[in-house]
Amino acid sequence: MTANAIQKTNPDMKDAILQVDHLSMKFGGLIAIGDLSFQAKRGEITALIGPNGAGKTTVFNCITGFYKPSEGMITLNRADGSSYLLERLPNHEIPARAKVARTFQNIRLFSGMTVLENLLVAQHNKLMKASGYTILGLFGFSGYRKASAESVELAKYWLEKADLVDRADDPAGDLPYGAQRRLEIARAMCTGPELLCLDEPAAGLNPKESLALNSLLMDIKKTSGTSILLIEHDMSVVMQISDHVVVLEYGRKISDGSPQSVRTDPRVIAAYLGVDDEEVEAVLTEVGDEDVIEQLDTGPDSAHGPGTSSSYLAGPVSDTIGHSQGERVTVSKGASKAAQYDTRANSAPRKPSERLTAKPAGKSPKPAAAKSPTGKPRGGRK
Amino acid sequence: MAVSVSPERDTVASPVQRALREALFAGAISFGLFVLFIGLKTDQNISNQLILVQRWGLLITVVVLTMLGRFLYIAYGQPFMASQKVTNVATGLLPASVASRFFLLPAFIAAFVLAIVLFAFNNSLPALVGDGLAGYLQFLRALAVIYALACVIFYFRAFIHANFTKLGISALVLYPILVVVVLSLNAWSITSGLQGSLKWVDNFGIQILIYVMLAWGLNIVVGLAGLLDLGYVAFYAVGAYAYALLGSQYGLSFWILLPAAGAMAAFWGVMLGFPVLRLRGDYLAIVTLAFGEIIRLVLINWREVTNGSAGISGIPKVTFFGLMTFNSTDPNYIGKVLHIAQSSAYYKIFLYYLILALALLTAFVTIRLRRMPVGRAWEALREDEIACRSLGINTTTTKLTAFATGAMFGGFAGAFFAARQGFVSPESFVFLESAIILAIVVLGGMGSLVGIAVAALVMIGGTEALRELDFLKSVFGKDFTPELYRMLLFGMAMVIVMLWKPRGFVGSREPTAFLKERKAVSSSFTKEGHG
Ligand SMILES: Nc1ncnc2c1ncn2[C@@H]1O[C@H](COP(=O)(O)OP(=O)(O)O)[C@@H](O)[C@H]1O
Ligand SMILES: [Mg+2]
Repeated sequence: MTANAIQKTNPDMKDAILQVDHLSMKFGGLIAIGDLSFQAKRGEITALIGPNGAGKTTVFNCITGFYKPSEGMITLNRADGSSYLLERLPNHEIPARAKVARTFQNIRLFSGMTVLENLLVAQHNKLMKASGYTILGLFGFSGYRKASAESVELAKYWLEKADLVDRADDPAGDLPYGAQRRLEIARAMCTGPELLCLDEPAAGLNPKESLALNSLLMDIKKTSGTSILLIEHDMSVVMQISDHVVVLEYGRKISDGSPQSVRTDPRVIAAYLGVDDEEVEAVLTEVGDEDVIEQLDTGPDSAHGPGTSSSYLAGPVSDTIGHSQGERVTVSKGASKAAQYDTRANSAPRKPSERLTAKPAGKSPKPAAAKSPTGKPRGGRK
Repeated sequence: MAVSVSPERDTVASPVQRALREALFAGAISFGLFVLFIGLKTDQNISNQLILVQRWGLLITVVVLTMLGRFLYIAYGQPFMASQKVTNVATGLLPASVASRFFLLPAFIAAFVLAIVLFAFNNSLPALVGDGLAGYLQFLRALAVIYALACVIFYFRAFIHANFTKLGISALVLYPILVVVVLSLNAWSITSGLQGSLKWVDNFGIQILIYVMLAWGLNIVVGLAGLLDLGYVAFYAVGAYAYALLGSQYGLSFWILLPAAGAMAAFWGVMLGFPVLRLRGDYLAIVTLAFGEIIRLVLINWREVTNGSAGISGIPKVTFFGLMTFNSTDPNYIGKVLHIAQSSAYYKIFLYYLILALALLTAFVTIRLRRMPVGRAWEALREDEIACRSLGINTTTTKLTAFATGAMFGGFAGAFFAARQGFVSPESFVFLESAIILAIVVLGGMGSLVGIAVAALVMIGGTEALRELDFLKSVFGKDFTPELYRMLLFGMAMVIVMLWKPRGFVGSREPTAFLKERKAVSSSFTKEGHG
């Protein structure tokens, strides 16, 4: 697959389940996402990667309606041909009508309810209709009883997939961490989604659990036809299962393409490893080396990006706008490693094959990238 | 058992030495606390002058009792508890070893016989031993009855545990009949038996069941949906005034107005809910509290309709489904229809069964709703609201249904209350009522119907029982009224229960669906909700 296809200004809409256009999200003076555009194709696993604080979770929160984006358009095209502008839908209608389900970076299960109950809550809307909005169900109508039995069957199906049948009647809070992650995915799948958004599903898993997760995701992709949008830190997961990778750094897209093209993109490596004067050269010579990939895994940039804890859904957006004006604008010089790399690359152009994006040139860069006018998203490199 | 105690003996001082030291500390603290509270008292003398009465004797008694209590606790209580590992069962009942030593068969028989004897000679007691001692004996009788009951419960605990609901409901259904039969046998006349049953059926039975129903209603909002509502009494008031006004003005029947009162309260629940439900936690609590006060102030100040703080009297009685009435002047008075003697007890017994039915309806609906999607959504909302939204649950309507359902049962209870009292005034709907209902829900264990019923029984029954402790008058003097201390006891009981069982009497949660077996969910996993 070529990186160009993804970057086309007029993409093939039929193919894309999710189309994000010029998405921006500002918290006070902080630009968490700046002018982000990408596509997720139907039936594929699209990975969204980037260092801590890059704005990945914020993208998810915009897609699933927890945040209203400051600018931009998020289009979801369902298999039946209908499309929804997600930024206009109320929060709870996005899973219900646009069929987008998500999981959370910090697991959010109903810990005091059993595993089975968790999966039944996920089928709320379906069961609500079947129970005649409670009235008919209260009087024990058979229609509801049938729907109720069916919902248990569906729950059982996903329990089997997630390898949780034995724990079905235990409280969700009692499960080990890896099982909780799988349960959260199973719960999201019980809503019958067309797009499944997973926020760091492999975080904190041991290698064995990670492997089980991979096979669960591949299984979902193959059998249910659900497209997956995945945030992941664990490079091995990303490289193994994703069909397409979008790389964010400081709210901007720095790379976009197939896993192979992204892993060899020097700007991605720079963003992950950090650049020192000599280092960037060293990194560039090592492009594609397995060792580098190993290191990518372990060395996300936490010195400059705020911790993940600050990004978590602390409440409505208005509650959390505590950032003083211009906080992000004064980010220390050289914060964006990719931009730094670009500056270098421009001053001594070693790679003439680089393409600029189709973005209008007149569009002035956002303050976050002001220190490097070339810090624009680019296509992936070969 | 000595093993767990001995290390303490070796390293620190012996328990007795430590206890002496602790007792001295406790004495000093209580002296400092009480020297002004108890040691001195301002009073008025005959010429209306303010004088200072010194009560050093009482002060010393209190301080010495404190020291003694502390000493006994440290020297004997703690080692005993340590050896019994009572601390390990902080989440369970008394360990069987302690209980089986406490509930002995001979002691049970002795208590049983004592209670029977004292009941038999009840009327001749004051003449035999004098008024003061008779009071003590009555207290002793109450203790003997409680002990005997506790023994029975202990020995049949497995059976009771297995059939709790059936046993509880049968006991509740049989209660008025038993009371009348026992009292009639005791006095050897049915009329005085009926007359004597008034207190037991009305003050205890009906009163407790009203609170059970209110707490079950509030449980939907607080226990299931996790929305902290401090103004629940407002819906109770709406129901009560709905029946009082419509019943006395338009002469509509209770059976029409009962659903109307529920609907009205539910309507107000939704009205309150709309603006308020985007708030969470503390904010929600404060706004609901304010709502409760607003309703009360409207009732006080809207004189033309509600007759202000004078209240509404002459509220019609409930009829026996229109077939019989409970007014002795009516042609179809129950006594005349059934050819039985006139008594006001019929009405109370009828009311008892009415509130029992209403309370059971509340329980039935709650149990049914919990297994429906909406009930599950309530609990999910309590566990994690954000996750709910990510699953496509409309949290606003879900919260509103919880509010409306809870309010509706409050409205039913209110209508019943108005019919029972025959009189309503804003005084019955103060914040304290909301607080008591909430306390019962929390004490019982949020979400658990059985726990809440037990909490209501203990709390309301306990405070009612305080009125029975006449002998305390002979200890503390003629103007001592034990009822006035009920709030103190309520508070103490709450503190103790919360220390002993932080999640209430019944901390575990019944799952609403299961694949292989139904396992109770331990309370350590459930959340209380945050608004
Ligand atoms: N509700 C919020 N209020 C203010 N700042 C936020 C909020 N949510 C996220 N951010 C900020 O947006 C940036 C991106 O965060 P996030 O999307 O969580 O990054 P990632 O998931 O890639 O680690 C961070 O700087 C974070 O502090
Ligand atoms: Mg994140």
